[in-house]
Amino acid sequence: MARQIRIALRNCGVIDPERIEDYIARDGYMALAKVLTELSPEAVIEIIKKSGLRGRGGGGFPAGMKWEITRKVQADQKYVVCNADEGDPGAFMDRSILEGDPHAVLEAMTINGYCTGASKGLIYIRAEYPLAVERLKTAMSQSRETGLLGNDILGTGFNFDIDIRYGAGAFVCGEETALIHSMEGLRGEPTVKPPFPSVEGYLKKPTNVNNVETFANVPVIINKGWEWFSSIGTERSKGTKVFALAGKINNVGLVEVPMGTTLREVIYEIGGGIQGGKEFKAAQTGGPSGGCLTKKHLDTPIDYDNLIAAGSMMGSGGLIVMDEDDCMVAIAKFYLGFTVEESCGKCSPCRIGNKRLFELLEKITQGNGTMEDIDKLRNLSTVIKDTSLCGLGQSSPNPVLSTIENFMEEYHEHVKDKKCRSKVCKSLMQYLVVPEKCIGCTLCARNCPVNAISGERKQAHLIDQEKCIKCGACMEKCKFNAIIIN
Amino acid sequence: MAKIKLSEKKIQELKDVCKTFHNDKGELINILHKAQSLFGYLPAELQEVIAKELNVSVAHVYGVVTFYSFFTMQPKGKHPVSICLGTACYVRGSEKVLEEFKRQLNIQVGQTTADGKFSLSCLRCVGACGLAPVVLVGEKVYGRVAPDGVSDIIAEYNI
Ligand SMILES: Cc1cc2nc3c(=O)[nH]c(=O)nc-3n(C[C@H](O)[C@H](O)[C@H](O)COP(=O)(O)O)c2cc1C
Ligand code: SF4
Ligand code: SF4
Ligand code: SF4
Ligand code: FES
Repeated sequence: MARQIRIALRNCGVIDPERIEDYIARDGYMALAKVLTELSPEAVIEIIKKSGLRGRGGGGFPAGMKWEITRKVQADQKYVVCNADEGDPGAFMDRSILEGDPHAVLEAMTINGYCTGASKGLIYIRAEYPLAVERLKTAMSQSRETGLLGNDILGTGFNFDIDIRYGAGAFVCGEETALIHSMEGLRGEPTVKPPFPSVEGYLKKPTNVNNVETFANVPVIINKGWEWFSSIGTERSKGTKVFALAGKINNVGLVEVPMGTTLREVIYEIGGGIQGGKEFKAAQTGGPSGGCLTKKHLDTPIDYDNLIAAGSMMGSGGLIVMDEDDCMVAIAKFYLGFTVEESCGKCSPCRIGNKRLFELLEKITQGNGTMEDIDKLRNLSTVIKDTSLCGLGQSSPNPVLSTIENFMEEYHEHVKDKKCRSKVCKSLMQYLVVPEKCIGCTLCARNCPVNAISGERKQAHLIDQEKCIKCGACMEKCKFNAIIIN
Repeated sequence: MAKIKLSEKKIQELKDVCKTFHNDKGELINILHKAQSLFGYLPAELQEVIAKELNVSVAHVYGVVTFYSFFTMQPKGKHPVSICLGTACYVRGSEKVLEEFKRQLNIQVGQTTADGKFSLSCLRCVGACGLAPVVLVGEKVYGRVAPDGVSDIIAEYNI
């Protein structure tokens, strides 16, 4: 049986997040005390480096290395930023940590400030998370009162304080350079890296940006040691990862598993399998930047490198399970629709290219696609990936490429046979009355919003395909299963 | 942009908001959040006042307002209905729920009903994916909404 190990989620649902006493009773702020009184900044960075902790916000950059880079830049002021934008639709790990264990993030940010030489921290949080904001505010005032935040922390002379900044509904602001512009009160448009924020970030000062979950791991690593942490996971991905299971799975919710757990263990053992006993088709990780894992990946150990090899990526941890009723072409179109809406428009490959990808996918789902269009999708995807300015454009074609790679036969069916096997693409469906089954009760005709159904009482009815808007109402109403989708 | 006349009192309120943020242009987004929660939306005139207080161009403020989907220049209905079209909700059928709201309220996304009661918008993931498909009316969250549950939700507010 697959194990769950709770490191990042250790306190969620266990403590009262509005009581600092509860956090402290579970070793809270012990790591901070140890760091400030016993360890040099370099020694702490060394521990984080040796632990093998990598960024949980998507990229997987080694955390200790980032801390070291930020530390080494000379500047009169530096900043620590916690990225709590969590824009990946279908992911809610960071929200749960902020709501369930806000002090863990504050403690880790303070430790980071000590290591990098920053005296100010900023949490950039989505406006859609009001409860998390409240919990953070409560936690911040409690730790200030207790002398764990503010001036002269724990009497050591170290000063560090934290402020909150709000997002305003732009996915691209999760990208660190865009996030920094947004915090400066500007449009959240990304800029080319380098310079990386660690060198030149908020107000042009060195800025260490880490994700919520990355931070949540830090106090435990200090308390239990890097040896312990690095004993969990795979060779190049240490520790655990929190996933938000969603979609067609029985047990939706958060799970935290060691890196290297297989998709099969996550879906079937922990997630309780597919809803309604249906067949597993794919799992999307990495959200709109990621790709889908299929049956052939069920036994692949999940870690940063294996996911990339499988054409997806870790992303922030959203794991959306799809079954036989999901059309993979429509899924690709769904993600592209998201990207088109969220592209900031600064560079043309992303702004225009993704729109063209979307249009091609739309053409295919409407039954007007050609085999050439599939090639065009592939080529254009490669160009967009290679020439976009920021991570959004560089990864936005991944859902297209990955569905083409894994579900080419579904693309073929849409294009050649004008069929959608999952019965999702409306243009390719027809609602038909089976005359042998229809008893002529007229119920369907009375419920059709566009009066597309005709027929005399007690005689087989007929659907006018020209009029039908494919709403499905008739099929739902018919008590005799006389209406089918072709 | 349509002009509405802000009263002196409202203008003063807005200036006070700017002042609590030290008229600092770096706080523009926080100021806009506050202004929107006070006024419900951010009409042009309001943006002009903010621009003047922060000593930036109106174009700058407008550029920021239009960049972020959270900010709106249209007044919302008394009960703003938002349907989550995030991935988890999408695979669990939120599109059908949206269609049903459109049909029953007889408005498109981004519009407000003639009586000003309801407005309709979409959002991407409110972090309640376990409850997919999710609908929000104001701050209230409805989970596992099916198309045939839509009329009940509307009825709750239609009194
Ligand atoms: C389009 C885009 C969206 C992103 N969204 C997020 C996000 O919501 N949360 C996050 O922590 N990182 C996000 N990132 C990654 C950040 O740019 C950055 O790498 C991360 O916050 C660094 O923290 P980490 O090393 O601890 O993961 C996003 C990147 C891109 C390109
Ligand atoms: S890749 Fe897209 S989101 Fe990124 S800068 Fe270019 S247009 Fe903006
Ligand atoms: S509801 Fe079914 S049985 Fe009745 S008329 Fe329609 S198709 Fe025939
Ligand atoms: S699918 Fe809808 S529009 Fe088409 S016949 Fe049935 S009820 Fe009428
Ligand atoms: S996708 Fe709808 S709440 Fe997350």
